[in-house]
Amino acid sequence: MKASFWDRNQLKLAPVFFLTPALLLFAVYVLRPIFSSLWISFYEWDGVGQMIWIGFANYEEMWHDDRVHTAVWNNLLWLIFFLLTPPLSLGLGLYLNQNLPDLRIVKSFFFFPFVVSAVVVGLIFSWFYNPRYGLLDLFLEQVGLQPLALLSDEKLVNYGIIIAAMWPQIAYCLILYLTGLAGLNKEMIEAGRIDGAKGWAMFWNIILPQLRPATFIAVVVSVLGALRSYDLIAIMTQGGPWGSSTVLAYEMVEQAIFNYRMGYGAALATILFFILDIYIAWFLIRVWRNEKGRL
Amino acid sequence: MFPQPIDKSSAAVKGTYRFVLYAFLLIWLLPLGGILITSMRSLADINSGNYWGWPTEFHLLENYTQVFKATPMLLYFYNSIFITLPTVLATLALSSLAGYSLAKHRFRGNFLIFAMFIAGNFVPAQILMIPVRDLTLKLGVYDTKLGLILFHTAFQTGFCTFFLRGFIKELPHELVESARIDGASEFRVYWSVILPLIQPALAALAVLEFTFIWNDYFWALVLVQGDEARPITLGIQALRGRWTASWQLISAGSIIAALPPVVMFFLLQKHFIAGLTLGAVKE
Amino acid sequence: MKKIIGVFLFILVSVNVTFSGTLKITNNSSNSDIHKLWNEQIIPGFEKENPGIKVEMTVYDHEAYKTAIRNFLQAEPPDVVNWFSGNRMKFFVDQGLFEDVSDVWDKNNLHSQLSSARSTVTVEGKQWGLPTTYYQWGVYYRKDIFAKYGLGEPRSWGDMMNIAETLKKNGITPFTIGTKYLWTAAGWFDFLNLRINGYDFHMALMGGEISYEDKRLDRVFDVWGDMARKGYYIENHASYSWQEGQAPMINGEAAMYLMGNFVVPDLVKAGLDGKIGYFQFPVIDGSVRTYEDAPTDSMHIPSKAKNKADAKKFLAYVARPDIQGTIAQASGMLSSNNQSPVPDDEFLKIGFKVLSESAGLAQFYDRDTTPEMAKEGMKGFQEFMVKPEREKQIRQRIERARKRIYKQ
Repeated sequence: MKASFWDRNQLKLAPVFFLTPALLLFAVYVLRPIFSSLWISFYEWDGVGQMIWIGFANYEEMWHDDRVHTAVWNNLLWLIFFLLTPPLSLGLGLYLNQNLPDLRIVKSFFFFPFVVSAVVVGLIFSWFYNPRYGLLDLFLEQVGLQPLALLSDEKLVNYGIIIAAMWPQIAYCLILYLTGLAGLNKEMIEAGRIDGAKGWAMFWNIILPQLRPATFIAVVVSVLGALRSYDLIAIMTQGGPWGSSTVLAYEMVEQAIFNYRMGYGAALATILFFILDIYIAWFLIRVWRNEKGRL
Repeated sequence: MFPQPIDKSSAAVKGTYRFVLYAFLLIWLLPLGGILITSMRSLADINSGNYWGWPTEFHLLENYTQVFKATPMLLYFYNSIFITLPTVLATLALSSLAGYSLAKHRFRGNFLIFAMFIAGNFVPAQILMIPVRDLTLKLGVYDTKLGLILFHTAFQTGFCTFFLRGFIKELPHELVESARIDGASEFRVYWSVILPLIQPALAALAVLEFTFIWNDYFWALVLVQGDEARPITLGIQALRGRWTASWQLISAGSIIAALPPVVMFFLLQKHFIAGLTLGAVKE
Repeated sequence: MKKIIGVFLFILVSVNVTFSGTLKITNNSSNSDIHKLWNEQIIPGFEKENPGIKVEMTVYDHEAYKTAIRNFLQAEPPDVVNWFSGNRMKFFVDQGLFEDVSDVWDKNNLHSQLSSARSTVTVEGKQWGLPTTYYQWGVYYRKDIFAKYGLGEPRSWGDMMNIAETLKKNGITPFTIGTKYLWTAAGWFDFLNLRINGYDFHMALMGGEISYEDKRLDRVFDVWGDMARKGYYIENHASYSWQEGQAPMINGEAAMYLMGNFVVPDLVKAGLDGKIGYFQFPVIDGSVRTYEDAPTDSMHIPSKAKNKADAKKFLAYVARPDIQGTIAQASGMLSSNNQSPVPDDEFLKIGFKVLSESAGLAQFYDRDTTPEMAKEGMKGFQEFMVKPEREKQIRQRIERARKRIYKQ
């Protein structure tokens, strides 16, 4: 019988055909380079000349590097703040989830911060915080307060940058939630209404569970955003003043690319990668338990 | 719809709603307003610290035409389009296939592959600079659009697969089963059952991916040398000036460069914000 | 779908074809007036004299260029590239990424014409590039504010401190600065160290041979810290870029700026034409001769360039006194060629005088020492200018970095 082999084995073979193109490209361009950068982390290398094997020396140095410690703490601060963005975006999304004719264009405006290049976002927030000519300073002056030099104060600088970074991040999560809210099951909501569910109970028991895919993605991209933050720091402070606003990703780029220390940069990347992976493993285990056996 | 639609509410409710909405929008767009004003200022204004006040003179036309005159911006614009569009299409194609398989096929290593796609996202991309550059050279696509397209497609496929798998997983399995019983091939199931159902997710993802790739700066810097493949992001930065940053030009350029993604959002939003949606077909 | 495949094929096929006789060059000045000069004058001039060669110029952002060059030098570089002479150039020479261009020097009598900058592109007796332009650093000040308080240009460090004191008393901050991007602080360190300890000590320090905890540096930090403690620098300067640091001077809230000559056009455009003066960084120790910072830009041929023959012709063309003079004048810098006409701009004139009378030229902190050492050092300087009381810990930290970087 013709085609019977294919018919019988289609379900087994399909994954091979469906996954191979993506996997192949991913393996060549992402996985292999990840392994080579892991490899580089055991070398001292300027990115151009001879590579010198130094074993774990980069990791040892990292362990004692004050700046790396600062970076880890700052990353934690970023993480805490960035995890506020999904709920904030959801709130905004709920408010915007209406059918008024003008909302179509309004939603596009809310999307804008996500699109504008980080360089100008950083610039405009720096000017907002400028202790001489900034809007914030003008406002504080009106209220009778001293100017606040947000970006040159070693204690406040992180908050200043994080707030700037949250602006596009909220827009990002907003899109995810608007997509999720559009996909809500109408019958379930109606059924809920008939059962007398209202407001908070409705939201908590019927809406939120349905938004799970959107929430999952929003949380993951926020964690990613928090730990990969680089652009705004580069433009707003370059990790300063004197290194107090650095984060792992910034430190990595500075070491690997500007200081010509590929090995040390790779070691930093490896650590960052592992921190992220531990977090994600925890997340994945939950997903896995949740889905076990379900197709 | 949740929350309760207000389009049939009283004018007072609608009025209050709109008032709050536009008041918040105004605050939300304040930084954008700053960028917009900056794009009309003179450099002298910027250098004397007039960041927020009324511009002493308006250089609207001058700045925006300068963006196009100073560098071959139209060529860069064209390059950006022909880097971004193929990448978005290729990425969506690859990741929807992979996402379908990971969500609806039972095979050994399924979850492992899924985990790998996620994990691959978590590497700080800049560290891949040298390996990716060397690979691009070896493939003979250094300094070409194809070189950027290949890399972006590979790198974004991980995130998109993760994104789409979640949505496909939520689809009721009976739909797939009944199509299979009707004798549909797996590709048929993917093409005629899955794709139409995840259209909102695809549209949302297309907008996000378009923005990511459109805004890429770092990889273009690493993988492109000449003008032939250079995207607009690099072109705008070249306006910066050696010592004195011409922020008025960078702002003008950034606003021009931000328009295509916003237009994409505006055009595609009906697919993921209203219209045929996931919930409508759920049991 | 067919269209999409068509687009793909189109992209696949459109791999750029380079004609022989095409010369690819870079331009990292990212200033549109300079681009115009190159596109409308320098390049057409070369093409006219060398029929058959077509020059293609790619414009870069100055900062991004530093990342780009490392990648393309090892990949498919253009034929002529911009870079910086001195230590930065040596890095690529050591890796075999720059071409020896001594023959261009020999054939075009450049050894005598470019004598003052020759050492900055010489490694092991060979020349690896062409120095094009350089510029002076010094103190730019508001003449009108000085006049208002009856102040003149200082002749000594004592004068300078008296001026600062007078200004401060009258509610004007003596010095503006923006240290967000760090290098401005390094300018202060360079000059204080050159004036107190001289060139040889400074260069040895840059070469990693001297400890940052060395006693001889105490005086540098004393003098500097004294200024910081007295509030001679504007407040919150770590919030500002060098460019944002101009604003207080433009608005008359600060009176002086230690900066490179590139500050002048901005100040003039902001309405200070005729109100700006320049003086050389004053002598601190009479027994030490005057040395200056004068960063030199240069052009090089990558060793992997495809069209080296034409690239050498191009370097020879750019090295000519008239061409170098034109480039320098348009960029507000000085020509490296001593046969170029003396500039008629007042600031360039005085800069030319100061630099030609100088006993020795340093490139600048972040060019004379390795990039990593520079970063660590400059972070320390920034912190010191805000928190002089932390001097000990800061110098300790810089010293730890030096030991690690120079393997001691």
